[in-house]
Amino acid sequence: MKEAITLLAAVKSEALPETGPALSAEIVRLPRPRKRPGRHMVVVGRILASIIPPVVVIFLILVFWQIACGDPASLFPGPLSIWEQSRELIVDPFFNRGGVDKGLFWHVSTSLSRVALGFGLAAFTGILLGVWIGANRWALRALDPIFQVLRTVPPLAWLPISLALFREAQPSALFVIFITSIWPVIINTAVGIRNLPQDYLNVGRVLRLSPIEMFFRIMAPAATPYIFTGLRIGIGMSWLAIVASEMLLGGVGIGFFIWDQYNASRISDIVVALIWVGLVGYALDRFVALLGRFASRGTAAS
Amino acid sequence: MPGYLSIEGVSVSFQRAGVVSDVLRDISLAIEQGEYVSIIGHSGCGKSTLLNVVGGLVAPVSGGVILDRREVVGPGPERAIVFQNHSLLPWLSCYENIRLAVDKVFGRTKSRAERHDWAMHNLQLVQMAHAAGKRPGEISGGMKQRVGIARALAMEPKVLLLDEPFGALDALTRASLQDAVAEIHARVGCTVLMITHDVDEAVFLSDRIVMMTNGPAATIGEILAIGLPRPRIRAAMVEEPRFNQYRLKVLEFLYSRHAARAA
Repeated sequence: MKEAITLLAAVKSEALPETGPALSAEIVRLPRPRKRPGRHMVVVGRILASIIPPVVVIFLILVFWQIACGDPASLFPGPLSIWEQSRELIVDPFFNRGGVDKGLFWHVSTSLSRVALGFGLAAFTGILLGVWIGANRWALRALDPIFQVLRTVPPLAWLPISLALFREAQPSALFVIFITSIWPVIINTAVGIRNLPQDYLNVGRVLRLSPIEMFFRIMAPAATPYIFTGLRIGIGMSWLAIVASEMLLGGVGIGFFIWDQYNASRISDIVVALIWVGLVGYALDRFVALLGRFASRGTAAS
Repeated sequence: MPGYLSIEGVSVSFQRAGVVSDVLRDISLAIEQGEYVSIIGHSGCGKSTLLNVVGGLVAPVSGGVILDRREVVGPGPERAIVFQNHSLLPWLSCYENIRLAVDKVFGRTKSRAERHDWAMHNLQLVQMAHAAGKRPGEISGGMKQRVGIARALAMEPKVLLLDEPFGALDALTRASLQDAVAEIHARVGCTVLMITHDVDEAVFLSDRIVMMTNGPAATIGEILAIGLPRPRIRAAMVEEPRFNQYRLKVLEFLYSRHAARAA
């Protein structure tokens, strides 16, 4: 560094005599850089940027909806009349007058507990089957076309078979959830195991890992992102299935609530229930996605 | 006299859709303990397959490999492989990647504290101790390869197998990793078998260079002993006439006598 400076000085002293003492430097004042906004300001700004647009759009939709359906003779209620007619349902989700006359929280939580049980079973069985099928080349070849066909059968199409098998509403609903949500779990797990990079397996082979170590140390972590993709699709499908199957089976549950209100011609209650269904479905999806991101930290980035 | 690592009459052929293609034919090579041997050849000549045979990942059709008077059957940590694309497990930190190997190899013979020290020692050997807690996705390609080398060294292998370890790196990173490997080889004295397609790299690092003919059914064309004294200084090599003579010999073999068919 010192050398460089002396060198520079030498160059300068050589250059100076030619231009003479007339050389004068003009100092140009540059505008001061504006202060960067603080860190928390940036965060707040980012949050606002993601909240404001949807809020504005929702407000606009409500306005147009009110204009289109504001007429009392309208077949479909506008937002204001929904607020009037279903105020109790909106404001208090926790009331419980016994029977099926309950707040939406109770209906949703009953449906959710069914999903938890049915989907939990599907996830457990699906991952086990998926690992087995993914590890067997012939099993995958033989079963994949069958799964691809069964996967597309709509939830309600399973219901009659399910009722014939179980003869009762509760296990039938669980079975419908199980059978609709298991396919994406199996298929994605199998693909994840199938697509394990050979390099990772070679690392395990060089280290002479036992089959159990191989599974827990290498195969399972490597397949985690695939497994969670399957779980995420699966939980979405199970929410579709529960709402549909409850409509036919009755009892407490958000699906039956919607059907019940239809029979009572309370369209505004149905709209409120639909919003709940959508929000809960969204929350389920985000929950599994978040779980997946946590479980597969770093796995995707190699 | 058979060497420490001895490849004896190894032939490999693969069968695909009923068509048998010979990859390697009757390869014999004896490597002494502590020797650094490079295998060079055009791409597709089966040099990686040869390394995998030594590593135990590919079984030869005939012939076999003997390491320290024992026949090689299947892969094992005494023949640690540094793979072309590092193949660190991305869900483990650098330290955990090495620790997995250390725990597996020394689980019975070393205490927990010793295993930790040994893992850290090997990270230090490749100058990566500062990134112990980082995941492979958070460090550069050269650093990943350093950790890959540390993982292999941590197994205390009888022979270190390098499968084009610097192939995916830029020229500057490659040079500094070559220096690191040369230094580790001098310090640890391990036996090394390296696959490469880089002539300068082979001459700079090796005691002997094994030149392969083109596939299919590739075999050893020529073996060149590199008589350059160690340690070899990269900058000095430019003016070293013998370095250039060796380079020329390898280049002549690869491009005049065994030129790759229209690639």
